[in-house]
Amino acid sequence: MDTLHILLIGFISIVLIKNLVFTKFLGICPYLGVSGRIDMAFGMGMAVTFVVTLSGTLTWMIDHWVLMKLDLEVTRYVCFILVIAGAVQLVEMYLRKFFPALYESFGIFLPLITTNCAILGLCLFIHLWEIDNLLEAVVLSFGAGIGFTMAICIMAGIRENLNLADVPHCLKGAPITLITAGILALAFMGFAGMIS
Amino acid sequence: MANDTKAAACLYKQTLLAGLWRENPVFRLLLGMCPTLAVTAAVKPALTMGLSVIFVLLCSNIVVSLMRNLLKPHLRILMFTLTIATFVTIADLFLKAFVPVMSERLGPYVPLIIVNCIIICRAEACASKNNLVVSIIDALGMGVGFTLALCILAGVRELLATGTIFEIQIFALAEKGGWFVPWAAMSMPVGAFITLGLLLGLVNVVCKRKS
Repeated sequence: MDTLHILLIGFISIVLIKNLVFTKFLGICPYLGVSGRIDMAFGMGMAVTFVVTLSGTLTWMIDHWVLMKLDLEVTRYVCFILVIAGAVQLVEMYLRKFFPALYESFGIFLPLITTNCAILGLCLFIHLWEIDNLLEAVVLSFGAGIGFTMAICIMAGIRENLNLADVPHCLKGAPITLITAGILALAFMGFAGMIS
Repeated sequence: MANDTKAAACLYKQTLLAGLWRENPVFRLLLGMCPTLAVTAAVKPALTMGLSVIFVLLCSNIVVSLMRNLLKPHLRILMFTLTIATFVTIADLFLKAFVPVMSERLGPYVPLIIVNCIIICRAEACASKNNLVVSIIDALGMGVGFTLALCILAGVRELLATGTIFEIQIFALAEKGGWFVPWAAMSMPVGAFITLGLLLGLVNVVCKRKS
């Protein structure tokens, strides 16, 4: 297979088949937290996409060019989390300067991206899947962000309609969101056989 | 003097019990959802995960509590994360060395303890404000509460998915002449989401009855 083919398959598989939210349970906290309104969900998704692409690429470079060369793999987790924290700080400064309105609406959620497991999770999965090509790592990271955005936007759309539905009182809020996510995960299982 | 010790003992007991039910991290605070959903397909990995979290939570609470007077406000989150990352590395290496099967099965979810909201939340809300003893008790209460919640969820899922708990056969399987037909969906992501949703609903009902 040529490179383009591999990249395309990798992208589709991380968006649909190995979707971080529905199959790996990563990023559930913001998923439950900000999926109330579709515009905020989209903004959050975009911020995550940006941070995940940046940190996925950077951690791949550090992992392959520094840690593996110097035999320092024990410090992998510490290095990864530092890179992610730095990337989040960068995005925060950028948004505050150029998109103050968006920055205001994020509020507490922006610094919380640091502890979003989707980002560290993806960096670890890239290591686990033994991706040894920088371009592939970049495409996978970007695809993971797109997959997260898609999942959170679908959920926000459903929840906006769910507000009008007659949900049993004890299931209001998080429980019904989780059950809905379960049904969505069932739907996404249908993609499983798409690429063998 | 006697009153002081009594008040202190009362505070300790309250801190310990808060994590178990009133402020249970999974059922009441909705923290640490990723491992809760990901490792609860069976009881054994869930228990391993719970014990690792107790270890990391205890160590990070001790360290954060000891250095709470030295922390600069804008650097504290970074310091918390670095402390946690260090202890998670220790836990990960320990699991790899002594229980390689479980380590393999938990995969990236062990390093993901670093970004588990429970630990950073306890460091921020409790350990950075309280003395060593309260922090240790809080870590134990929260950790045990988390482990219990994980085991309950894993118990329900393992029982319905395979008819076993802790790999001991509870329900007689249909293919061996019993009555139980394994419910495969329970061990998949669908089962995790829906079981947790229903359990949260159940907890809400119980809380409402109590008050």
